[in-house]
Amino acid sequence: MNLRGTWTLFKRETHRFLKVNMQTVAAPALTAILYLIVFRYAMGDRQVPGMEVDYFTFLIPGLAMMTMLQNAFANTSSSIVIGKVMNVHIYLLMAPLSAIEMVIAFLAAAVLRAVIVATVFLLVLTPFVDLSIHHFGLVLVYGICGSIIMGGMGLIGGMWSENFDSMSMVNNFIILPLTFLSGVFYSIKQLPPLWQQASHFNPFFYLIDGFRHGFLGVGDSDPFLSIGIVAGFALATVLTCWHLWRIGWRLKE
Amino acid sequence: MTPVALSVNRLCKSYSNGKEALKGISLSVPEGSFFALLGPNGAGKSTLINIMADTVVPTSGSIEFLGHDMFSERLWCKGNIGVVPQEVAFDPFFTPREVLSMVCGLYGQKPDMNWINDLLERLELAEYADKNTRQLSGGMRRRLLVAQALVHRPPLVVLDEPTAGVDVKLRRRLWYYMRELNASGTTILLTTHYLEEAEELCDHVAIIDRGNVITSSGMEKLLHEVAGSYLWLRYRDGWELGAADAEALSEFNPRMHEGQLCLTLNRMHLRQSTFHHAYESAMQRFGPPLDAGVCEEDLEDVFLRLTREEAV
Ligand SMILES: Nc1ncnc2c1ncn2[C@@H]1O[C@H](COP(=O)(O)OP(=O)(O)O)[C@@H](O)[C@H]1O
Ligand SMILES: [Mg+2]
Repeated sequence: MNLRGTWTLFKRETHRFLKVNMQTVAAPALTAILYLIVFRYAMGDRQVPGMEVDYFTFLIPGLAMMTMLQNAFANTSSSIVIGKVMNVHIYLLMAPLSAIEMVIAFLAAAVLRAVIVATVFLLVLTPFVDLSIHHFGLVLVYGICGSIIMGGMGLIGGMWSENFDSMSMVNNFIILPLTFLSGVFYSIKQLPPLWQQASHFNPFFYLIDGFRHGFLGVGDSDPFLSIGIVAGFALATVLTCWHLWRIGWRLKE
Repeated sequence: MTPVALSVNRLCKSYSNGKEALKGISLSVPEGSFFALLGPNGAGKSTLINIMADTVVPTSGSIEFLGHDMFSERLWCKGNIGVVPQEVAFDPFFTPREVLSMVCGLYGQKPDMNWINDLLERLELAEYADKNTRQLSGGMRRRLLVAQALVHRPPLVVLDEPTAGVDVKLRRRLWYYMRELNASGTTILLTTHYLEEAEELCDHVAIIDRGNVITSSGMEKLLHEVAGSYLWLRYRDGWELGAADAEALSEFNPRMHEGQLCLTLNRMHLRQSTFHHAYESAMQRFGPPLDAGVCEEDLEDVFLRLTREEAV
């Protein structure tokens, strides 16, 4: 085990976002305020059908999770794509780190960024909305699994992309639709039956729903059953990353 | 026999576009040597180096490095090699000093600040040590890459055209620095297009062309045994060597070089060459030359002759 090497790579991957406070603190704080203005004050305190919560309280955990997922994805994908464009990824290929050490360092940094950003986001909103946590364990498990999954997706997307264009294509055509259709903005009980069924095939649905369940104590699926699905998905993502890094997928000639 | 640092065995590489860059090359680099890997553009030098760096996957063959199989003991081997890739790469988020401590950490070592300062000093980067790498010129970036390859003090350093695009004076200093490293026990393998400097400073040489090794030996041995002498003859300006003449003089491997006809002189017995025969033959066909002389081949001549013979 090259522990120091893994730690060094982890530090490198956190360096960029920790150095740029705009990304870690200001950006999530700003989105939080925007959501507050748009959804709280413009939409009023409508209730979510079938649940005993108002729309804004329902929305916030989902939005926090979405922010986490997007940040985890951004951290790994941008690092790999910038590395490829600037040709510095060869220094990772040359370093005496095994594939699993690489993947662990990348994902740990992605999770850290996701957690910091979500914390800032929620802290800004605490004065305006009741954020009592119903089940902290659920929040933690879903938050971390979600970040691992998206960090891993970012790693895979980054390896696949040749440049920033193809990266933003992955982002706009795969990641964005999946997050929007995951039930951040609605309860799937509001959907027609066909779409309700379809939602169950969207892994993001379980992530958002489980995370929200941790806060509100209510949701669209059984959160403890979904943990299996989410953890399995996280494991599959890690294994895929490990395999792809090992063969140098789209990184080595 | 000196121990071998690196032994390449029948290494092949075909790229995904079908290009056969290495056609089963075998080489051995003695421990402690200062080894020049020479070859025209496209010969496969970078491909070989990138396979060692693990950025290119070989199709077949093997490499043994200090007694370790490079492909089955990858991590050990990576930890003990420092590679300077041909293409300049730099990390836009860090300063040279940060880059060097980071590379050190990736190799599992605690950054040794004295050594890092020493490297920055010797590679003339001290002034820019704490500026963003974006501000470095092309030559500085290349020197930073050299520092990156040395920072974990590997016993083998591989440099792919480290002196390309570096001005003459600096190039000299860079060469002497490598020479010094070599003297302190580091095995150095490098590619370069500056054959004069390679001849002066390297002690081993291999010439490869189109994915094959043409020759590989000690520098002195090559210059002694492979390098011959040649007769050069100058005729009036614009004089050309016709195809029929070339055919008639084929035993001397005739060629034009800087407006002169060059005829290779073969060694016959001790201290006697084919000089007379060559001169007579040229006189018969072209009459007396304006000027003529005999030259010993240097590394560049040998290189040109061998890589051209290969092309025929
Ligand atoms: N990534 C690649 N894909 C396809 N062909 C390549 C690639 N890299 C190099 N080649 C080809 O392989 C041959 C050897 O290239 P290279 O190893 O770079 O030569 P050198 O470094 O000696 O100039 C060349 O013909 C080159 O065009
Ligand atoms: Mg090259």
